[in-house]
Amino acid sequence: MTATTPLIEARNLVRRYRTGATDVAALRGVSLTIMPGEFVAIVGASGSGKSTMLHLLGAVDAPDSGQVLLEGRDISQLSDADATRLRLLRIGLVFQRFYLMPTLSALENVELPMAEAGASTTVRRERAKSLLSFVGLGERTDHRPSQLSGGEQQRVAVARALANKPALLLADEPTGELDAATGAALIALLQQLNRDGLTCVLVTHDAALARSAQRVVTMRDGQIVSDERVAEPVA
Amino acid sequence: MRATLAFASLWRHPMRTLLAIFGLAIAAALLIDMVMLATGMRASFKSLLTSRGYELRVTPRGTLPFDTEATVGNAAALVASLRAHPDIERVSPSVGTTVQIASTRTTQSGSAFALGTQPDVQGEYSVLSGRAPSATDSTLREVIANTVLLARLQVSVGDTINVSVGRSAQLRLSEVAERAVIVGEARFLYVPPGLPAISAPLRAVQSLLGEAGRDRISLAMASIRADSGGAAATSARTEAVRTWIEQTHARVTAISTETAIVQVEERLAYFRQLALILGALSLVIGVLLVTTLVSLSVNERLGELAVLRAIGVARSGILHQIMLEGLMLGFAGIAIGLGLGLITARWLNAILRDFPGLPADLDFFVWSPEAAWKSLAMLLVAATLAGAWPAWRASKVRVAQALREEAIG
Ligand SMILES: Nc1ncnc2c1ncn2[C@@H]1O[C@H](COP(=O)(O)OP(=O)(O)OP(=O)(O)O)[C@@H](O)[C@H]1O
Ligand SMILES: [Mg+2]
Repeated sequence: MTATTPLIEARNLVRRYRTGATDVAALRGVSLTIMPGEFVAIVGASGSGKSTMLHLLGAVDAPDSGQVLLEGRDISQLSDADATRLRLLRIGLVFQRFYLMPTLSALENVELPMAEAGASTTVRRERAKSLLSFVGLGERTDHRPSQLSGGEQQRVAVARALANKPALLLADEPTGELDAATGAALIALLQQLNRDGLTCVLVTHDAALARSAQRVVTMRDGQIVSDERVAEPVA
Repeated sequence: MRATLAFASLWRHPMRTLLAIFGLAIAAALLIDMVMLATGMRASFKSLLTSRGYELRVTPRGTLPFDTEATVGNAAALVASLRAHPDIERVSPSVGTTVQIASTRTTQSGSAFALGTQPDVQGEYSVLSGRAPSATDSTLREVIANTVLLARLQVSVGDTINVSVGRSAQLRLSEVAERAVIVGEARFLYVPPGLPAISAPLRAVQSLLGEAGRDRISLAMASIRADSGGAAATSARTEAVRTWIEQTHARVTAISTETAIVQVEERLAYFRQLALILGALSLVIGVLLVTTLVSLSVNERLGELAVLRAIGVARSGILHQIMLEGLMLGFAGIAIGLGLGLITARWLNAILRDFPGLPADLDFFVWSPEAAWKSLAMLLVAATLAGAWPAWRASKVRVAQALREEAIG
């Protein structure tokens, strides 16, 4: 792969939802190309199709038509097993509400994707510990999600997303449940990851978060209405 | 990790889980009891019938041992003929009747079952204390009595009693009572619990019966000579001897232990059927319990399961984890149920043993490793199947949809 191969590319994605008689087109022919190492923010009004787009990029959902190419390979028509494997190994997902397993400790939450990928106990424990230290939670490995603050939980979620060294980090409103200061700290963490080479795509309502991206994609009614490079992302 | 998750998710609602485990334990206990009941009676009856090594029972034609008052005449000739058969090792003839007994020391009296046997070959009782009556007596001189009789008449070994034939006290007055010494205390194998009983030599009881007892017996038990042929060969020889007896002596029926067990089983078929139905029901209840609980917990956690799927846990992983929950419930329920089952079996056995008309030594619930394995295997299969349905549903969770609902909800 050369530097000119997009990391992920959406081609003419269409996604409709049928609820009873009505037919909602959440995406109507969206195309987007993201190069390795980019930091992209997707913004737009509620209902404009941002989450739908992110799910398609992450092989969580499949489009009605169009393609998603990850590292040049079409991932839009994968079998469930292949899509699951791809999410496990190549994609890191971070959600607005953290979605940690409430019954597992922080450490176990980070270990979980590695266990699923077949890593040995010692290997995954070591890596989970170093990931938790990296996100600033080296001292709280044994805490359960309910014993952590929102910002701390989201850091655990980021560590979990990084567990299997993904090529792409997808985050849907990762600061949505956090106060401004905690949100800013999380953004700084994501920027650091991006500087270390990780491609990040995040959906946000948060203007501050959008300004910290290199590139801002705006959606409206299931389409991309603008795609701008930010001259000087706010650090 | 999967086991941790499964265990943790059960432990999230400890009360609910414990209640389900308890319910499962009750169902498991019932199943184990029913399997013990269904297989136990047979085993117990067999060991009871074969405990003294007599494989054949010869009775008046068309009757079961001591089932009626019927007797066969020309008993001495019959017994001699049996003893002459090369494959028959021992023959124990006996006659049973009801007698009235009065203590000469206390004022107590009452009716009892009197069994005439040949003390040297008898297979009807075992001596607890004292000794068996002298085998050579031809009139009533010595008896051995069971514990019930000793207690009821407030007599003990060494005491003298008056014995007379007859069903009622009025009749007894007109009869001449015979005097006998109690020389021992015995446990009677085939006498129902609570029934007073004595045994005396066969000829003594026959003479007590007068004309009605002359050369008559109620039962003759025969044992088959052992050889090196193994169980199948012995069984075949037993059957050959049985056929020979019935062909040679038209007045009698010969029943082998094997057929007796079959007949008893037929008589107890109702019991067994009931046991099977109750056992099956308890299995169904167990399955429903596990399915309900696991379904509940799956429904509550659809969002969580969708997250697991989203971050890359395979469908099979979800399937395993949820089935593991069912199995964990199953194991816990079965472990407790096993203990509970054994305790209740012992209790129910004690109740059923007091059932009138049955030998005191007959057990209904018999613990056997086979019964245990059978019920455990059935329960484990049931628990696995019970978890399978909710597990399958959980593995089919639509990830994007569930994530969205979780985000909104
Ligand atoms: N499962 C579904 N069934 C029906 N309609 C759906 C479904 N999922 C999404 N939609 C519709 O598709 C459109 C886009 O939804 P999407 O969640 O992608 O928007 P969004 O930009 O992420 O909004 P928000 O900022 O509120 O999260 C909306 O109109 C929504 O109602
Ligand atoms: Mg959204």
